Amino acid sequence: MTASSAGNGQPLLSVRNLTKAFRSRRGLFGPAEVVYAVNDVSFDVHDGETLAIVGESGCGKTTTGRSILRLIEPTSGEIKFAGQNVAELKGGALRRMRREMQIIFQDPFSSLNPRMTVGAIIREGMLIHGLATRAEADKRTGALLEEVGLRAEYASRYPHEFSGGQRQRIGVARALSVQPRLIICDEPVSALDVSVQAQVINLLQDLQRDHSLTYIFIAHDLSVVEHIADRVAVMYLGKIVELGRSEALFSQPLMPYTQALLSAAPVPDPARRRERIVLEGDVPSPANLPSGCVFHPRCHHPAKDEACARIVPPLEEKEAGHFAACIKQPPTKVTWEEQQRAGGVREPRRYLPLAALH
Amino acid sequence: MSNPLLTVKDLRTYFYPGGGAVARSVDGVSFSIDAGETVGIVGESGCGKSVTALSIMRLIRSPGRVEAGSKIEFDGKDLIALDEESMRRIRGNRIAMIFQEPMSALNPVFTVGDQIAEVARIHAGATRREAWKKAVEMLGLTGIPAPDQRAKQYPHQLSGGMRQRVLIAMALVMNPALIIADEPTTALDVTIQAQILELLRDVQQKFGTAVLLITHDLGVIAEMTKRVIVMYGGEVVEETSTPDLFTSAHHPYSEGLLHAMPRVGDKRERLNVIPGTVPPPTAWPSGCRFHDRCKYSWERTEHEHPPLYTIAPGHVSRCHLAEEPQRRNAPHKPLVARRSIDAA
Repeated sequence: MTASSAGNGQPLLSVRNLTKAFRSRRGLFGPAEVVYAVNDVSFDVHDGETLAIVGESGCGKTTTGRSILRLIEPTSGEIKFAGQNVAELKGGALRRMRREMQIIFQDPFSSLNPRMTVGAIIREGMLIHGLATRAEADKRTGALLEEVGLRAEYASRYPHEFSGGQRQRIGVARALSVQPRLIICDEPVSALDVSVQAQVINLLQDLQRDHSLTYIFIAHDLSVVEHIADRVAVMYLGKIVELGRSEALFSQPLMPYTQALLSAAPVPDPARRRERIVLEGDVPSPANLPSGCVFHPRCHHPAKDEACARIVPPLEEKEAGHFAACIKQPPTKVTWEEQQRAGGVREPRRYLPLAALH
Repeated sequence: MSNPLLTVKDLRTYFYPGGGAVARSVDGVSFSIDAGETVGIVGESGCGKSVTALSIMRLIRSPGRVEAGSKIEFDGKDLIALDEESMRRIRGNRIAMIFQEPMSALNPVFTVGDQIAEVARIHAGATRREAWKKAVEMLGLTGIPAPDQRAKQYPHQLSGGMRQRVLIAMALVMNPALIIADEPTTALDVTIQAQILELLRDVQQKFGTAVLLITHDLGVIAEMTKRVIVMYGGEVVEETSTPDLFTSAHHPYSEGLLHAMPRVGDKRERLNVIPGTVPPPTAWPSGCRFHDRCKYSWERTEHEHPPLYTIAPGHVSRCHLAEEPQRRNAPHKPLVARRSIDAA
């Protein structure tokens, strides 16, 4: 397969050709249309690593995360967790699998039930999964609260009594309570202020070390991602367009979209002005995807030509462990002859405008 | 030297939510902006930066009010003393505001062209036809393709980035002397943010408009501003040139913010944190409002409210370290961490 990294042994999670299509209607009586939120996505996640999925709103990163948990039913594709096919699980087996895969949500205000005490919120999972008796669960709740940096006494309080950062800690404690192996963190810090954000990031890293957790970290903030991720997948319009080790991807982004994304992030250093690639226009509607490479209408690669509008670029290994979907960025299996037949007039060549980024 | 365009002096904006509580959201803020200058205000939620902006625009509503003794002088006029009618002539005309959420700042039942044209009709007395022409011209200026078509569309038909361009077009109609931009790119994706920041920079250069840019993002501050004001607890805690803040921040809160931020290209094992959270405006701590989260705090900071000390020409900091710099050599666990609430 394309996107499996050079890890040893079986991956903990393996996603193949995941697709999620939503049906919608244009207007009240308009024609039905199909919107591909996630479009043929494949990747692996290895035990103990942090894989970040980054991209702008509407790129499909959240839908990917929720499909893995089957909070959204995928349209097609295969998801294997610890060797089991997630899509085929039902009833008790599905519940057992969900214990091992937890999620932390972006909005710490809407993701905690306001009518339940913090203790009840954290306890619920343990009781449902039969991991503890009521008395044991109470004891563990106190320990969990302390582990995430809160006081054990907070168990008797309600979510509204806490700040955003504290609520996010409660969400982390709830995820931890059932001893999962994989946690999907869906923008866990983007609603938080800078100083609180740093506290929660450090907490997530400490917990990963102490409990050998595996994270899928969904985010749009690149500086946070570079800090926390081992590997990064960049999504654009439902596709993974680049995937690689964090250092490689940040120091030498290959896909022109990633280059633009990295160059767009404001640098908190007035002394370091750098080249910026400002993309023209907006992300196209996923209901009306561009042909060929989904990024081609906004692409700034100097070799962009008609072939980009005709050929869907495969996600292929450009350097060891570094995948990108671009037929103009060599090496590529889409030969120059093939590109010419599709109307190509500019030969592929390496384009690295940000090679000296840092 | 000419007078500054805007002078805010000892601004106090308090809210009275009932039950005898007083939220001192903005508590003695002073600063000034020269014509054509871009000044940033940076701080976390609850530090008073947005309330400062709304106070300048006189948009504070009950249960809040701008307290007596506050001074806001714009273009030689005392804005606080102005009657509502004269203030309306300044708002949108001489001072324009751009909000964070472009969807809620636009009226969903009028076309964007109508909404921009309305500004020209009200403030310049333009006819409908002239005003519409002006609206299309302004939309084109902000880089919206096919502006004559877009002008006929409703806000929901535009993307977030386009809506923000509409708001900027609306702000520019009367060629104001000052634009207050309150988190103008926070709701936008990073590539769209880059477009909007570039547009603001162009506008500022083309028209010589002064910009007060309010943000929580130090990256935006670094790229857009020459001078920066750091707010905490309803007060200005540091003000200096932007390069200076990044190389030699004096206030421990500014220092903490800079260190807490992960940066692209900077691989550290752990982020430095400021323990605890911003206190509520109804209960600012005694002495220095940052003392319980500060790693240099000592007895004096718990009782004595620090004034703005001058650190260097054009650089002020509300921290007693200015008088006792040797304390910086003895960092310790801040009080909140010792009290083990939110230990980080």
